[in-house]
This record gives sequence, C-alpha cells and structure tokens, in this order.
Amino acid sequence: MGYRFNFRDVFAQQDFLLEGLVLTLQLSFVAMALGLLVGVTGAALRLYGPRPVRAVVATYVEAIRNTPLLVQLFLVFFGLPSLGIRLDATTASIIALTVNLGAYATEIVRAGLQAIPRAQIEAGVSLGLSRLQVFRYIVLMPALRVMYPALASQFILLMLATSVVSQISAPDLFHTASIIQSRTFRDFEVYIVVAALYLALALAFRLAFAGLYQVAFARR
Amino acid sequence: MSLVELSHVVKRFGTNTVLDDVSMTVAPGEIIAVIGRSGSGKSTMLRCINGLEPIQDGRILFDGAVVNDPQTDLRALRQRVGIVFQSYNLFPHLSVEKNITLAPRVVKNMSESEARELAREVLRKVGLEEKIGAYPDQLSGGQQQRVAIARSLAMRPQLMLFDEITSALDPELTGEVLKVLEAMAGDGMTMLLVTHEIGFAKRVASRVVFMHQGRIWEEGTAAETLSAPRTQELETFLSAVLH
Repeated sequence: MGYRFNFRDVFAQQDFLLEGLVLTLQLSFVAMALGLLVGVTGAALRLYGPRPVRAVVATYVEAIRNTPLLVQLFLVFFGLPSLGIRLDATTASIIALTVNLGAYATEIVRAGLQAIPRAQIEAGVSLGLSRLQVFRYIVLMPALRVMYPALASQFILLMLATSVVSQISAPDLFHTASIIQSRTFRDFEVYIVVAALYLALALAFRLAFAGLYQVAFARR
Repeated sequence: MSLVELSHVVKRFGTNTVLDDVSMTVAPGEIIAVIGRSGSGKSTMLRCINGLEPIQDGRILFDGAVVNDPQTDLRALRQRVGIVFQSYNLFPHLSVEKNITLAPRVVKNMSESEARELAREVLRKVGLEEKIGAYPDQLSGGQQQRVAIARSLAMRPQLMLFDEITSALDPELTGEVLKVLEAMAGDGMTMLLVTHEIGFAKRVASRVVFMHQGRIWEEGTAAETLSAPRTQELETFLSAVLH
C-alpha cells in the first residue's frame, strides 16, 4: 500500500484538460437548450396533438428511456453512415444527447403542464384567448415553475452523462482524461482530478439553476 | 330583441341528462337569478351560454349568433360574454394589473398604457384600485373575486355570467362582492347569476329562475316567485336555504 500520489504530471496538462472541459460545457448547454425545446414541443404534442401524433411521441419517449444512452450514441455515429449520413463526433454527440434529454424532458414538461388546473385554462378561454395564447400566457410559466426542480436535476444528469461521448472520440473532458492517462500512466490521479472537475461542474450548475429560479420566477 | 335565447337545450354527460329541454330568454338589462339545488343544472346552463360546454340538442343564441354552431367564432363571442367562477381562477403568476390587462393586451392588441388605465378604471369599480400591484395570493377571497369581476369587466362585455361567485366566501366577504354586483346592476349590465343568496336575489334580480332536475321548474319576477312559490319543490328549496 505504498502508493505515492503524484499530481504534477497531470496538472502539467491543464490546458488540455481545459479544452475537454470547454467541450463538455458546450455539449451540455447546447443539448439542454435543444432538449428543452424538444421536451416542450413533445409534451404539447403528447397532450394536445392528434391521436396518431400522441402515439408517436409516446413511442419516442419509451424507446429512449428504456435504452442506454451509449447505444443511442452509437446508432447515431456508427449507424447513420449506413444511410449516407456521416456526422463528426461532436455533431453526433449533440444529436444523441438532445434526443435523449428530449425524451426525459417531454415527460417532465408533460407532468408540469398537467399540474395546471383546468379552471385556469377555462378562465383564459372565457376571456377570448386562443388555445395558443392560453398556453403561452397562462399555462407555461406556472408549469415551468412546477417542473423546474425535476428539469434542473435532469440537466445535471445530462451534463454528467456527456462523458459517454468519449466513446466516439469526441474530445470532451473524459476523453482528454483518457489521453492524459495514456501519456502519464497516472491513472488514479487523472481520474481523481476528473471526478473533482465533474463534481465542481455539477455544484456550479446547481448554484446557477437556483439563481436562475430566482430571476425567472421572482415577482416584479 | 333578447340578448340570450335558449330553446329546447339538452345537455348530457354520458347517459346523465343535466339540462332537459331548457328554454329561456334574457333581455338586455335584465338581471336574472338562477337558483336551485346542487346538481340541478344551473352552472352547466351558464357554461353552455359561453360555449364552455357543448350541448347535445336545441339551440343557444347570443345576440343573434348561434353559440352551438361549429361555424360560430367562439373567441369573438367570449370577448362579449364575461364569466366569473366560484373559485375566482385568477392567474397566480400575474399581478392584479397583469391579470386584468392580459386579455385586452393579447386579444384586443391594446397598448400597455391604455391597458393600465383600463385596469385602474375597472379596479375602481370594484373598490380595489390600491391593489393594482398585488398578487392573487396576497388578497383575501373577497378581494380575489372582485379582481376576477374587474378582469371580466375589462373586456367590456354585454353580458356577465356569475357562477356561484360567493359560495366560497364567508358572510362578510360575500357582502363586499354583492355590493359590487349591485353597483353593476345600477350601471345597467345584463347579468345572469347562479346564486344561493336568496335575499340578494330578491333585492337585485328582476327575474328568478328555479331549476330542478335539469329543467326550469318555475320562473317569474323575483318578488313574486320568492315570496309565493307555486310549486312544492321551490317551497321546499326556499325553506331549506332560508333556515
């Protein structure tokens, strides 16, 4: 048990680590924005769309939630080229992450929308608002408020899950870690540093989400 | 010409007939109190008039337009028919001002300053001008209900429907809401109100409609109908609510 930690070799690669960290952040933000868009659209279609559309959305949600993200990623990156769709690793990662988060977000948003009492919708309709205006002005904000905690957790899970993109050699934080490991053979140190970085990111996200909640839902 | 006309209206929920061949008319300026037991179809009738509930048979006319015709522009119609609910249904995330100005702004494209002025005006009518910046959960039930009335008034409706609007309020708060209704009556607003406030109906309503088992069981002038019921059912109902 005489292992002696040596972080110096790992820290020597900090610029490289930083590059990976930046890509991890970029992937997270883009997938969050697109995933939320998919989620809101999906939930609206699932609840208010024509019956066949509802079935399609339900199938999408179940298919994604019951298969591993890694498999979904491989289908996009290694599967689609068979159809002539060749994507670089980063683009494929964004697509897979968005599709994945979109399914979870659809369920979260749906639950949030369903939490809004029918009476609120009736009050809006009775004032002459269109269905879309009722959704936009009466349902959306209270529903977002209800779903916010679940959505924020899902976003953080997604950020952590971006590490799978290293498997298709997208140069994210985890991928850089693997490379540093193979250069330095300091496995333990590298992964301790990477774990600490993911932890710091997750905590920063939590803080940011708490702040955003105040901005978005505070009065006046 | 009548403002509202129901002829042989039938409304069913599944196999349950809630409105059974209901016919009545409302003339402009009339104030009609609709009374009756829970489940007698009063609220449903109100909700059919602004198209919130579809009907299975008969016809409902508002100002010449057939409410139950799929071709009718219900959005345009609802701008002219205000409805106030028992549970207020204010929008919890919006201030009193925004609750009131939302529909004028997005439905009628009113400018922000004009809408704010309108909000002040209707709040003055319900005696709550100082609450313009408050949020619904900062108001008492009676105040929330008065804001809900103001919100409806801001659309300048030709007809107001009130669905048991004081049933969730204690007597003191009920009084402040009824005072607002009385003032509106004085302004000549056409009103159809489902209520359990018999004393108020007697004082303010021009006509009383008693509903029983989905039918209009008895109707007439408020004074006559309430002091000298012609049917056993109305007599039983009145003695139950008055004691």
